[in-house]
Amino acid sequence: MDFTYTETQDMIRDTLARFLGDTYGFETRQKFIASEAGRDPGIWRAIAQDLGMLGASFAEEQGGLGGGALENAIIMEELGKVIAIEPYLSTVVIAGGALKAVGGAQADAMIPEIIAGNAIVAFAYAEPQGRYDLANLRTSAKKDGAGWVLNGHKGVVYAGPWATQLLVTARTGGNQRDREGVSLFLIDANLPGIVRRDYPTVDGNRASEIYFENAAIPADALLGGEGTGLPLIEQIVDEATVALCAEATGVMQKLHEGTLEYTQQRKQFGVPIAKFQVLQHRMVDMFMEVEQARSMTIMATLKLGLPEKERMTAVSAAKSKVARGAKFVGQNAIQTHGGIGITQELAIGHYFKRATLIEGQFGSADYHMDRYERLALAD
Amino acid sequence: MDMEFSPEDLAFQQEVRDFIAENYPAELRGKQDEGDELTKEDFLSWHRILYKKGWVAPAWPVEYGGTGWTPTQRFIFSEETARADCIRLMPFGLAMVGPVIYTFGTPEQKARFLPRILSGDDWWCQGYSEPGAGSDLASLRTTAVRDGDDYIVNGQKTWTTMAQHADWGFFLVRTDKDAKQQEGISFLLIDMKSPGITVRPIITLGGEHEVNEVFLEDVRVPVSQRVYEENKGWTCAKFLLAHERTGIAGVASSKRGVERVKQIARTELDGDKPLLANPFFKRKLAELEIDLTALEFTELRGLAGPNAGKGPGPESSLLKIKGSEIQQRLTELTLEAVGHYGAPYFRGFGEGDNAHPIGPDYAHRAAPTYFNMRKTTIYGGSNEIQRNIIAKMVLGL
Repeated sequence: MDFTYTETQDMIRDTLARFLGDTYGFETRQKFIASEAGRDPGIWRAIAQDLGMLGASFAEEQGGLGGGALENAIIMEELGKVIAIEPYLSTVVIAGGALKAVGGAQADAMIPEIIAGNAIVAFAYAEPQGRYDLANLRTSAKKDGAGWVLNGHKGVVYAGPWATQLLVTARTGGNQRDREGVSLFLIDANLPGIVRRDYPTVDGNRASEIYFENAAIPADALLGGEGTGLPLIEQIVDEATVALCAEATGVMQKLHEGTLEYTQQRKQFGVPIAKFQVLQHRMVDMFMEVEQARSMTIMATLKLGLPEKERMTAVSAAKSKVARGAKFVGQNAIQTHGGIGITQELAIGHYFKRATLIEGQFGSADYHMDRYERLALAD
Repeated sequence: MDMEFSPEDLAFQQEVRDFIAENYPAELRGKQDEGDELTKEDFLSWHRILYKKGWVAPAWPVEYGGTGWTPTQRFIFSEETARADCIRLMPFGLAMVGPVIYTFGTPEQKARFLPRILSGDDWWCQGYSEPGAGSDLASLRTTAVRDGDDYIVNGQKTWTTMAQHADWGFFLVRTDKDAKQQEGISFLLIDMKSPGITVRPIITLGGEHEVNEVFLEDVRVPVSQRVYEENKGWTCAKFLLAHERTGIAGVASSKRGVERVKQIARTELDGDKPLLANPFFKRKLAELEIDLTALEFTELRGLAGPNAGKGPGPESSLLKIKGSEIQQRLTELTLEAVGHYGAPYFRGFGEGDNAHPIGPDYAHRAAPTYFNMRKTTIYGGSNEIQRNIIAKMVLGL
């Protein structure tokens, strides 16, 4: 049993933290968001090519550094600390995770492109009617000669506007909510028949509604088995959920630190408000939530490789705990700041917005409590 | 970073399991199962068995009788003893005054007291709180006045756990009335059979006799029984508080408690289904279990993380706060789970009366335990004091 990081892991954290410290100040981030593209592509390129960071979680034979989920967690936490709007989650954690799981020619072709920073993948899985149910799919892929024809509507696809490829879940058989008949496809984002409506999200990211209108996709777009894709999808979503918990930990840490700092500067009744015990105890409660979020992220990261039931139990325990913690820390950070906390001027409110959206991404606290109970507390 | 046990760890785990299975006293197990009150001899029986094996003080340095185990082995040992529902050893000697003596004591004090703490020959109690000094411990008023080679001690201590069995007590006393509060305090080891000591029971909400008042009237204590310098007793007290807090997370025993509640909730009916199927009850239990996982991994990060081996820091206040809250929620859920049969008061029957089997066995202790465990967020520095400690020592406020 060992809860220390390796030297390489420490180096990844330090290198990325230094780079983001230099390039990703709050004012700069706001400029990225306000720009037409909604990001600075140079940042992604630098993380890929100058830092070599996008290969951290890939095997050495694929051109990576030989890491895995822990490296993803380290990177996501650092990205969270600057509320970065980079497409690491969908490109490296999710698409990278799916490619690692299926292996073969598709992985050999695509992983080097991800590591080089050439490919950006968006994960088109959610549908307007589906809520958090990964199998609730109306999007269909119908066999057509050697390939497929895709029809349907995917909602709130993060990084959709920037994507070179889309990772799409679609039904190749069965009924709308069946576990069977679900397949996973990796396709070019700009194929004919793909229509996008792009928009900003409230946490500063960009997303798209994506419509497939008889989009013809090639046979080799299928990742994994035809109609048997759900276990793979559940696995990569679990991996993404844990990575999101890591991001949340970074966001929560900054919310807490920002509050500590502010309360020591802000004076009322002639003293810094940090002197008031009611605020001190609240900040201790926030601290305890940050620490527990970190613990749960580590717990779930280490359990990602376990058999399905243990993995899902661990991930749901982590996400429900982290989601509640993020809400608590976020809301109390704003309350403790007072009026200035509800303006756009300070970074604190922007961390709060990201924390709030993380709560619901890949399943709310309630969704994960339900899943936890089904797995761990069967009567 | 990994959670795997090495082959050596797994072998150790098996060794601990086998040892408990072969050596845990059957009579003690029976009393625990019946929910009987445990005697001094009951507590000491398991203590002595572990002492003979050399396992009674895993946290102590090897030179004083510790086991030399790695943090992982210590974790395994506490997991296994909790899993097997072994009673918790009394902490006052092993976890509290022992570490103070080997850290601050003279060679004579170490030689005189440590072996008898390990063997269980001396039962210790803690003379800290006073009627007017609870969370504000440093305002204590029990005095020790120098008279030749002795101190003359006068005052009153309270909440003294298990003092009715104690051979020795460690006491915080005021040796300088004029110094600033924390600076005039000394740490004395007092023979509880000394003339002038009176121990009076305090009965707590569950009907237990755990705690006592201790009156000290002109009690003569040799100066050689003062640990560390005169007026520097607060240093020992602070050190000890950090030690007291580490075991207080109680992860392993709370895990066992969760299993027990689940078992009850599978047995109790709610309509035509087990109580565990009730969505409200189930949600509370799930939240508790998840919070316990968060506590467990927070403790493990400290145990086997980058700061391993540096001893308990102020972060241990977090373990105390969350650990004690979880212990209380467990007893709350248990009482809720047993329904009507939380009500019968078994002490009302007189000792040894087995003629009245009222309600299921697991219900007998539910209410007394719930009442009793309200202590956990109060003792060892109340949870409000723990928040003050984190605010000051960790957050720098």
